[in-house]
Amino acid sequence: MRPLIACLSGALFGAGLLVSGMTDTAKVRGFLALLGPGPWDPTLIFVMVSGILPMFLAWARNGRQTPVYAATWPERVTGIDGPLMAGAVLFGLGWGLVGLCPGPALAAFAWGGPEVLVFTASMAAGMVALPHIRKARPA
Amino acid sequence: MEGIIWDGTAILRALIGGLMIGGAAALLLLVNGRIMGASGILGGLLDGSGDARRERLAFLAGLVGAPLLIIAATGPNPTNIDASWPTLVIAGLLVGIGTRLGAGCTSGHGICGLSRLSPRALAATGTFIAAGILTVRAFG
Repeated sequence: MRPLIACLSGALFGAGLLVSGMTDTAKVRGFLALLGPGPWDPTLIFVMVSGILPMFLAWARNGRQTPVYAATWPERVTGIDGPLMAGAVLFGLGWGLVGLCPGPALAAFAWGGPEVLVFTASMAAGMVALPHIRKARPA
Repeated sequence: MEGIIWDGTAILRALIGGLMIGGAAALLLLVNGRIMGASGILGGLLDGSGDARRERLAFLAGLVGAPLLIIAATGPNPTNIDASWPTLVIAGLLVGIGTRLGAGCTSGHGICGLSRLSPRALAATGTFIAAGILTVRAFG
């Protein structure tokens, strides 16, 4: 059952990204244009707020029940450290350059044309490369 | 800022799509006990660090496949990408390395982490949005 639920979740996630307009990089870059250039597009704020709402209710079940097909809830990771902040800066830089983050890149992968294929392949390469970069330069 | 774009249809779609995204995350959490983070699910599969490979593949199949079916049924959707090929490669590498180093992206930190009232997710989300804003300001 777990893979079926995962597939349904992925499908609903992808459909939601498409419906919300988050696969349109002009809308995402328009949100990130808070300090210009050009006008500011607040659409992404509405996606985040209405996306957070069901999850806020879901987290409220923590402690009252266990997940249907899991023994425990996801571990809470704490601590604001160097890798977290450095990673967020690098991610934000790449996000601003094109207007794609991992979810929308995957949602547009099969129909977004060669630009999305090149971006997503490079993103995958970066994900594969990071453990090797870490091994070469231990923190 | 040179004005704000207030598009009622886009906002309505954003609210509906957002509920779908949050609903997808809630489904994965309440049933499978998993965080719906796009970079974590893909990255854990690619670098071999993640468990439950079949679930990750099933999630990605849904994420890639469902929008394709919708596009096939309703017609093309613009991505409006205007970056050059070298920029696409550099940006993709930055997003791949950055999301794995920072342990999350817009879905994992932004939706799942913020809704858990996690200070760590708030720090990450605030930072990547700020970095994105400055990047668009500088290069957009």
